[in-house]
Amino acid sequence: MDLHYTPEHEMVRKMVRDFAEQEIAPTIKEHDREQSFDRGLLNKMAEQGLLGICLPVKYGGAGMDYIALGIACEELERVDTSARVILSVHVGLNSMTLLQWATEEQKERYLVPQAMGERIATYGLTEPNAGSDVAGLQTTARRDGDRYILNGEKMWISLADVADQFLIFAYTDKAAKHRGISAFIVEREFPGVETGTIHGKLGVRAGNSGSISLQDVAVPVANRLGEEGEGFKIAMSALDNGRYTVAWGSVGLIRACIEASVRYANERHTFGVPIGEHQLVQQMIAQMVQRRDIGELLCLKAGWLKNEGRRNTRETSMAKWYCCDAAFDSAADAVQVHGAYGYSDEYDVERYLRNSKGAVIYEGSREIHTIMQAQYALGYREDRPLRCEMPAYDLDEWEAEA
Amino acid sequence: MLTALGGDQIARMSAVHVRRKNLHAIVCIKSVPDTTEVRFNPETNTLMRDEVESIINPFDTYAIEEALRLKEAHGGKVTVLTMGPPKAEKELREAVAMGCDEAIFLSAREFAGSDTWATAYTLAQAIRRIGAYDIIFCGKQAMDGDTGQVGPGVANQLEIPQLTYVFKVREIDLEGRSIQVERLLEEGREVVETRLPALLTVVKDINQPRYPTFRGIRTARRLEIPVWGAAEIEAAPQYLGLDGSPTQVIRVFTPPKREGRVEMIDGDSVDAMADALADRLLGDKVV
Repeated sequence: MDLHYTPEHEMVRKMVRDFAEQEIAPTIKEHDREQSFDRGLLNKMAEQGLLGICLPVKYGGAGMDYIALGIACEELERVDTSARVILSVHVGLNSMTLLQWATEEQKERYLVPQAMGERIATYGLTEPNAGSDVAGLQTTARRDGDRYILNGEKMWISLADVADQFLIFAYTDKAAKHRGISAFIVEREFPGVETGTIHGKLGVRAGNSGSISLQDVAVPVANRLGEEGEGFKIAMSALDNGRYTVAWGSVGLIRACIEASVRYANERHTFGVPIGEHQLVQQMIAQMVQRRDIGELLCLKAGWLKNEGRRNTRETSMAKWYCCDAAFDSAADAVQVHGAYGYSDEYDVERYLRNSKGAVIYEGSREIHTIMQAQYALGYREDRPLRCEMPAYDLDEWEAEA
Repeated sequence: MLTALGGDQIARMSAVHVRRKNLHAIVCIKSVPDTTEVRFNPETNTLMRDEVESIINPFDTYAIEEALRLKEAHGGKVTVLTMGPPKAEKELREAVAMGCDEAIFLSAREFAGSDTWATAYTLAQAIRRIGAYDIIFCGKQAMDGDTGQVGPGVANQLEIPQLTYVFKVREIDLEGRSIQVERLLEEGREVVETRLPALLTVVKDINQPRYPTFRGIRTARRLEIPVWGAAEIEAAPQYLGLDGSPTQVIRVFTPPKREGRVEMIDGDSVDAMADALADRLLGDKVV
């Protein structure tokens, strides 16, 4: 067993850290205040190859492993959650799902431009009336010859306004409940697709979130991902990857809380000493460090399973559940360490607190993960093999040219 | 791991300074501690570099970037070279991840404790063995030692022109074997032209270093980096390491903090305060 990061992991960490500090940090407060999405940043992430980080070179990716993906998420969210969200939806929820489930033709047409950052992708599962309750979807796909006609409304979709292609989940057979859901690759250019922006979010205000409206959208049968009725399994397998990126990102947010709190605790004096010498401040910082270490180990475990090509639904759920709660608690403590200054946007910690709340809700709320872990322990839940499993990371295969 | 001299390398050694269309730039980099809290070995008064994370000397990243830009403009290759303890190989791989094509690692016990003269000698010997080149790039100085002597020392050893504090490469003529640069000096900029090959030390304003790329990281992972010791560079043992260093560090210390004091000048108006300040500066013979 080896818990060392490889030299390549260290290079990825340094690259993404430098990138985040130079390209995101200088303007993040402005974008956050103005609720504006920095399209230029997305282009720079594409140029840097981050949008295909863990995809094989032959599909236009960077050929790194799943732990490198995690490290990139950690380093991006250390500066701001909005940048990590880009990797979560574009890479985790969409591109990795295509890698797992798509036909070679679909990979050539959709995965390659995504991995190269030429086309931006997102994932459309959530609806106004269906979040945790996936079977409550109302979007439908009616077969009509060699195409499907999609109708419905998607909500809380990250990158909704920015994405060029969407992975949309819809009922092809409502009566079959979750076995009647199918997945479709929908292009923005298809007639009937419209998107809107959601403003007024508590956090991740520099990130783009929105809605997707589908009105009689004709989607070729060739754009169905997987078999008819396989959509629920595809959606859940996508979450194994999305949640993984969210968990790693939360470790980055905790890291940012520690750095800010340690700096402030050494600068700020009360009662004649730096506040770091007060034991109750020490307790908050110690707990942040504890959460960071536990979180990192849970993420590494999930990443190792992914690299091995082993099922990791339970471990990823655990990492996501723990890390997101831990990030929220750490951000609250970081504000507390900063006292009244932490309550103002003069310091970054108030943004960390606002940003950390969303992840306790999305990609499986805290409550969903609690129940999942209980169900695994009680024997009510088990993971069965899938028709298409996420491929194990193979260095030679990942680095091979097309 | 030691690599023997290949046949074509020997051929290139004898063909130094030939005319070629494609550029060959050599960048000398240094692995330095990523901290301002540098610790010293009290016995030898040299830097203790084993306990802190190391990075490429920040000034050297500008040297790498400039070499890569010239390669992109003219074709050719960039070879990165460093001398250091075994863990400094990491910095070479990072330079490769940025886009350098080849790397040479000078690492042997006999190099330990080199001063700037012995370092310049060792690097120059290695460059002689590397063979034909057009430009050697160095950062203007290392942020740990801060001497700024190694670059000029290498040029001196190789008997080639040196252009220090380069702010801009204005022109390079690989056929006509000349280069014209702007140097950033305290009094302003100076335009200088010289013949190739030449050694350039660059200042940080020259460019914005690029991030490593994933392609570069993949190359860095697989690249075999030759490790050269004294034998490989045909170095004279008496010029190497601590024993070959003409300078000796007697003591390293933090200079005492300067005592300063602040005096506020009061006045009814800005003009009055400015007058009082001017009188004071003239009175104290500051101006």
